[in-house]
Amino acid sequence: MSDATINQPGQTATPMTDEAQFGDYVALLKPRVMSLVVFTALVGLLAAPVAVHPMVAFAAILFIAVGAGASGALNMWWDADIDRVMKRTRRRPIPAGKVEAGEALGLGLALSGMSVVLLALVANFMAAALLAFTIFFYAVVYSMWLKRSTPQNIVIGGAAGAFPPVIGWVVATGAMSVEAWLMFALIFMWTPPHFWALALFMRSDYDDAGVPMLTVTHGRRVTRNHILGYTVALAVLAVGTGFTAIGGPVYLAVAVVLNALFLKGALDIWRRDEAASEADNFAVEKAFFKLSLLYLFLHFGAILAEAVMKPYGLGGW
Amino acid sequence: MAIRVEHELHRRRFSRNLGVGLTLAFFIAVIFGVTIVKLSSGPVANAQGEVINR
Repeated sequence: MSDATINQPGQTATPMTDEAQFGDYVALLKPRVMSLVVFTALVGLLAAPVAVHPMVAFAAILFIAVGAGASGALNMWWDADIDRVMKRTRRRPIPAGKVEAGEALGLGLALSGMSVVLLALVANFMAAALLAFTIFFYAVVYSMWLKRSTPQNIVIGGAAGAFPPVIGWVVATGAMSVEAWLMFALIFMWTPPHFWALALFMRSDYDDAGVPMLTVTHGRRVTRNHILGYTVALAVLAVGTGFTAIGGPVYLAVAVVLNALFLKGALDIWRRDEAASEADNFAVEKAFFKLSLLYLFLHFGAILAEAVMKPYGLGGW
Repeated sequence: MAIRVEHELHRRRFSRNLGVGLTLAFFIAVIFGVTIVKLSSGPVANAQGEVINR
């Protein structure tokens, strides 16, 4: 809280019971999302065919993470009203009453500007421009516009989360290429089944908040169909990436196994109806959601493994 | 009696102040490190080693 206790004679300061601590400001930056950004941006940077000095790489990844965190703070500022309603988000710093919305806005804007300028100085202008666009896309296009207006919110908004590996690649090479956009596409196509599985078992949350998730606007049957459709398209893309310059035998093996499991999960979700899901408390949907986290981590881990092995003549084709 | 009386506000905000202090120190170290790398690689260059100054 932005309270200032003025020391006046005869007046005792009243301690605030809900004083914001440093961790509350860190929570505004969505550390879990930041960790995904750090990992995918690092993979993009290391998979690129140009070596970057470790210190420059570290600083670049740091500023990409700070930019992602800044967009998280702007998202929390804008969405404070619906975060109060949803069970999943009501303990965030603003709805919990620990941090004022204005503080989140200030922190978000300051860190956005700082991260973009410093990435331009540390790496190059194209990487900085991409980071600025990513922040704008997440805070304005997704949070302010799409999230509350269309059931395609997380489909289009997913692009914001897909940019970090492209930025990492551009930090190293100074230019974009097909491989960078393949990594973008992997996250972009992964986002809808990941979030729609969550929406299936978080049931009333989005409904209560009035967020037009596909489950709310088109029903749960249509959502199950969409999860399967996107998972099939994702599997084609993910396995196909194995035959490109960022792929290789290790990546291909990981992709084949994971996509077989992911397809099976999507098929199981598609086959079920609400009665079956409620009978086991959405066990299949929850398992699919957990697998989706592992899915993305291992795909990018495999791309990283191929890149790391390349100098020893082992990675790639 | 303590030479300097600590205000209640300082106790209450200790973790915040410590966090901000450590973050700033870390930030200075990062900028210092990047500066050394950029300067020791000869003319000022971007991440690709392209000279952007001089």
